[in-house]
Amino acid sequence: MLKRIIDVVSSLKLTVVLLSLGIALVFFGTLGQVSDGLYLAQQKYFRSWFTYWHPAQVSWLILPLPGGYFLGTSLLINLITAHVSRFRFSWKKSGIWMTHFGIILLLIGQLVTDMFATESHIRLTEGQSKNYSDSSQKNELAVTILGDSGNDTVVAFPESLVKQKGELQHPSLPFRIKVKEYFVNSGAQPRGPRSGGQPQADHGVAQFFTFEPAPETFAMDDRNIPGAIVEVIGSKGSLGTWVTSLYTGDDSIAPSMARRLAKMIGPQLAERLGAELMKPQEFETDGKRFRIAYRPVRFYTPQWIELVKFTNEKYLGTDIPKDYRSRVRLQNPSTGEKRELDIYMNSPLRYNGLTYYQSSFDPFDSRVTVLQVVKNPGWLTPYAGCSLVAGGLLVQFLIHLVGFITKRRTA
Amino acid sequence: MKRWIPALLTLAFGLWIATGFLPPKKDPRAIDEFGRLPLVFGGRVQPFDSLARNSLLQMRERHTVYDAKEKRTLSATEWLLELMTKPEDAHQRRVFRIMHPELQSMLNLPVEPNETTGDDGKNYSWNQISPGFESVRAQLKTMPEEASKRSVFQQALVKLNGSVTLYIRLQNTLRPMDSAQFADELKTYQAAIPAGVEAFRQRFTGQAFDTNALSSIIEYAQRYLAADQMESPLIIPPHHPEIPGDQWMRIGEALLEPSLPVKPFGDFVSAVTGQGGNADSAVAALLKVSGKGTLTPAVTRFAQMTDAYRTGNEAEFARLVAEHSATLATSQAKALAKAGKETGFNRFEPFYKALTIYIAVFLLATVFWFGFSEWARTGAVWLCLLALAVHSGGLIYRMLLEGRPPVTNLYSSAIFIGWGAVVLGLVLERFWRNAVGLAVSSVLGFSTLIIAHNLALGGDTMEMMRAVLDTNFWLATHVVIVTLGYASTYVAGFLAILYIVLGVFTPRLTEGKRTDTGRVTEPMGKSLTRMVYGIVCFATLFSFVGTVLGGIWADQSWGRFWGWDPKENGALIIVLWNALILHARWGGLVRDRGVANLAVFGNIVTAWSWFGTNMLGIGLHSYGFTDAAFRWLMIFVASQLAIIGLGFLPKERWRSFRGALPSPTPKGGDAPLPRPAKA
Repeated sequence: MLKRIIDVVSSLKLTVVLLSLGIALVFFGTLGQVSDGLYLAQQKYFRSWFTYWHPAQVSWLILPLPGGYFLGTSLLINLITAHVSRFRFSWKKSGIWMTHFGIILLLIGQLVTDMFATESHIRLTEGQSKNYSDSSQKNELAVTILGDSGNDTVVAFPESLVKQKGELQHPSLPFRIKVKEYFVNSGAQPRGPRSGGQPQADHGVAQFFTFEPAPETFAMDDRNIPGAIVEVIGSKGSLGTWVTSLYTGDDSIAPSMARRLAKMIGPQLAERLGAELMKPQEFETDGKRFRIAYRPVRFYTPQWIELVKFTNEKYLGTDIPKDYRSRVRLQNPSTGEKRELDIYMNSPLRYNGLTYYQSSFDPFDSRVTVLQVVKNPGWLTPYAGCSLVAGGLLVQFLIHLVGFITKRRTA
Repeated sequence: MKRWIPALLTLAFGLWIATGFLPPKKDPRAIDEFGRLPLVFGGRVQPFDSLARNSLLQMRERHTVYDAKEKRTLSATEWLLELMTKPEDAHQRRVFRIMHPELQSMLNLPVEPNETTGDDGKNYSWNQISPGFESVRAQLKTMPEEASKRSVFQQALVKLNGSVTLYIRLQNTLRPMDSAQFADELKTYQAAIPAGVEAFRQRFTGQAFDTNALSSIIEYAQRYLAADQMESPLIIPPHHPEIPGDQWMRIGEALLEPSLPVKPFGDFVSAVTGQGGNADSAVAALLKVSGKGTLTPAVTRFAQMTDAYRTGNEAEFARLVAEHSATLATSQAKALAKAGKETGFNRFEPFYKALTIYIAVFLLATVFWFGFSEWARTGAVWLCLLALAVHSGGLIYRMLLEGRPPVTNLYSSAIFIGWGAVVLGLVLERFWRNAVGLAVSSVLGFSTLIIAHNLALGGDTMEMMRAVLDTNFWLATHVVIVTLGYASTYVAGFLAILYIVLGVFTPRLTEGKRTDTGRVTEPMGKSLTRMVYGIVCFATLFSFVGTVLGGIWADQSWGRFWGWDPKENGALIIVLWNALILHARWGGLVRDRGVANLAVFGNIVTAWSWFGTNMLGIGLHSYGFTDAAFRWLMIFVASQLAIIGLGFLPKERWRSFRGALPSPTPKGGDAPLPRPAKA
């Protein structure tokens, strides 16, 4: 019985079935990106055990598919059991062995990447310096306890908690936060003195803006701007309500909002309103000062990155980008390191387990760069795995070719 | 006698190719010389000749214009010169291709061909489309931004709008399109500069000023600024050696340079019209630079050229072209040389020549299969080598012109896939000598060059590379190898098609043949099976290594080895498919016929990766979206499925196996053992 199971699990038939399912998954996963966007499609098709696809307009026509995890794991098992039970090593097959071990390495490496890799970004204006990067996917409700001489403490509640609309508490905070409203996505409208109705909250930015709930978006070139209306309740009762929104917490959104406003209400008013949008929302209680913000999750690093100069060159007489690069100053107080370097396309900075890539820029502000920050402990496995597979295929191909030619010569 | 045929054929085609090296006929109008002059467009130095050809290709899918009245063909450069200097004549030329019936009727265009008016129902002149063009503009405003959400009609609108924009840009190349007597205008303009600039200074420093002088200079400046903002080609060579990074200019900018220069003047205008910018600082900058220096001689020369060509003064035009060329020979020697070389390349048309020879190769290969006469095969090999030489020559010349590895965009990938397939075919022919390799070479060489020709309709095929792609190292490794992976998958697929077609309709799979020189060929079933298997192995190697190198490139440039981008996924599917073929064969799940069917499906897989993924309109790789291509892709997929259907016919229906079936072949139907050839 066990032998029969092993025979099936290690069989070439299973390999062929898994490969064809893999092809189907990759194909439908690519089609799925059109409606779901790249990120969501990845989650749905490739980072899952089971999944399904249906044509964009026809929701009843469901095609079930095994997910990426399922196929990856199955191929791994198939390959390993085949080598344990069936394969006998011989020099004539050395190429196949190399290839298969390379593939095992690739599959495991991809799993490691999947589990431990994080992607985030840093947006820097010339002269600005940061020791953290912003998550591109996850947000948090952050309460900063403002200490003297810039020694701040941050308490951050993850988005998943805020979403549940309950009460948030933390031992180091002398108050509770009650989430009254949560928006997956929102639009911001300026509020004038003559706008009707009550503001959404009695403190902060709500005096100048109304944040309207909007449907969640999955498009590639669009993003969700979530937010929450919260009430801060201290020991002596309510301290007031605030709207916390990614509009105010993410430093890439406010400038584009200000530009949009400039078109609607003219540059001067827009500048004033923009400043209100950027203004930190703060309050005092129990003799301490607190700041509350809805913002992307931050990853802090020991090193500081300062943007010295950003250059963005285009081909003469066109809008085609030719070269964009960031001159940055890398400073690490813990080691005393301090140096300047260029980060540009195809030339990232690898430092302290992180890799900084030139990713993007602000089309409206020539002093702004956006760097992508990737932490991937498994980043070397593809290099090793691929060299093994490529080498193995080459060896096997040459063995065949030499055999073929000598056979023809003697024939 | 017959043994001379290969040599004669090769000689004849060789002579035909040699004629391409002859200098063009002497033309008193110096149009050819004008075509060789350099300019900058699309971010690169190119000759007027390329600008003219690419524009015509984009607008009417041909690189010449036929004049039905004079019964002669105008070269692209001649047409461009006419458009730039005598627009009223050019506006009668039918250079806008409009095929969509709704668009034709919206613009009230005649759809029936008409001998007397010269209408052909496809191509229309500016005079015909301009009366209704406002309605096109109105339609464009209500259009979805994403290309994928537009209807076919809307896509036709966008295409026409692109052609019209280009047409207007071209008219602003040599002069602002609204100046009729350009050389005369320059004189009055130059005379107006000192007083005008002085009045401008006085006006903005709060002194009394001459209103007429000011409004006259501002009127000029606004017109020239408008011409500059048309984004016409940059024809005025750098002429400020004292400024580092000095660049080419448009005629508009060069005109404004001595009075109210473009950069600060543009800021000034936008400040005044309330579109941002600081008026005070713009004025200050303007006053600092304006009124210094005079028009650069190139401007005057182009103005005189325009008037000379316009008035038909051939000698004067030729003299001015020669003069401009002579000045550039010292100041811009590199640009001039590059433009000259590119013009020569355009005229030689190596890929068109190679394409023609591939047809001859295919014909000879079929002659061999019918009569088994060695001379036909030898002739085909020689011609194929000749075509390959021309094909490679074109490829290498392009690389030298661009300073790039062979594949930089969809167009060049087609050229290179063809090249790879031809080489592989010739290698197969070297071993098997049964004209199968020649069929591979000629059919794939021919079809990929046809595809390339159609891709060239998208515009400049030597366009500049976006920043992400701008690395010769990865273009030379990842792109070249993955493209060879495509090429070999196609070769395997084509061999499999031969297996199926020859097997179903002829007895050749199981019959060897004696040629007229007495050589006995192997039954094709056996050779084809081994070729397909070998090429699939080769394809696995190349597509895998190429895909992986792409991953490494991605890791280097944006920190993600694998991002599930459509193009990456397409390449991955090719790797998986080739691996599937190999494993299915090793596992005994399929035999010769099954491998053939799978390999034919490989054609679909490759076509999806090559073109299908670009049509999704998402992802970082989508560098080539084309809509007519979608229809062709569907036709191709359908044809491949039909062949697979043929391959599934029961073996009794295959002519090759009809006589052979009773013989003791293994189950599943491996090709039977070769029988002794007929004497």
